[in-house]
Amino acid sequence: MLRLGTRGLVWRAVSTSGLPGRPLGQAAAGPSLQRSLRLMAIGTLAGLFSGLFGVGGGSVIVPLLVLWLGYGERAATATSLAAIVFIAGFAAAAQGLYGNVRLLDAVLVGVPAIGGVLIGTRLQQRLHPRAIALLFAAVLVASAVELVLR
Amino acid sequence: MIGAIAIGLAAGVIAGLLGVGGGVLFVPGLVLFLGLDQHHAEATSLLAIVPVAIVGTYRQDRYGNVVRRDALLLGLLSLAGAAAGVALANALSGAVLRDAFAALMVLVAAQLVQRARVDRNGSKKA
Repeated sequence: MLRLGTRGLVWRAVSTSGLPGRPLGQAAAGPSLQRSLRLMAIGTLAGLFSGLFGVGGGSVIVPLLVLWLGYGERAATATSLAAIVFIAGFAAAAQGLYGNVRLLDAVLVGVPAIGGVLIGTRLQQRLHPRAIALLFAAVLVASAVELVLR
Repeated sequence: MIGAIAIGLAAGVIAGLLGVGGGVLFVPGLVLFLGLDQHHAEATSLLAIVPVAIVGTYRQDRYGNVVRRDALLLGLLSLAGAAAGVALANALSGAVLRDAFAALMVLVAAQLVQRARVDRNGSKKA
């Protein structure tokens, strides 16, 4: 498990630091077969992360769309969200078969989140979310510590 | 319960703003505020993500940011991976899964810091 985590770190480090010379927002050149294979690799990896960790897979999809397919960040986050509808929907159904889904608790966090996402997408068009990214990173680390020490 | 609602709201804002954060906040929120175990929290998070992602997609599509064909392909091509991930999660113990999830959170945090640093270098995104 730890080994998977470490590989993920390397993967992420590579995918987020990227190749500095690569122009952002430019559609990936090359044959559509290569493009499809890349989409398949991203989809499979995102699905694995989603099913394993109960997340949407955006933290896999967004950097890889930017790095492999030349997406700009905004298009990458938007396209990632759309893909997550399918990924999380399928993974939730699979978890449902294991009897793990708690419907009422999902409603309790999911409904406020719908309001939140309306605010978030609106804000994204207006501000550069760097400060929020850093703040969120701090929240994540603190929550991770809390989760393990609890 | 108030904490759970606040986590839900925050997760939505982050999801809309950064494209990540639904599940990565839902899961610890469900564990820490509602007392679910790791397996139930992950499964419940997945269900909670779906409506959030639908609404977020709808909004982003109106801004013209969604590349529909790629999104559909990504979604459909992810199914085998998702099935494997769910099976793997259920094969692992809650403690292992929890520690792995905590590691994932730190990695996502590192990734966000990295993205923020790239932003500062002036590559204004499309």
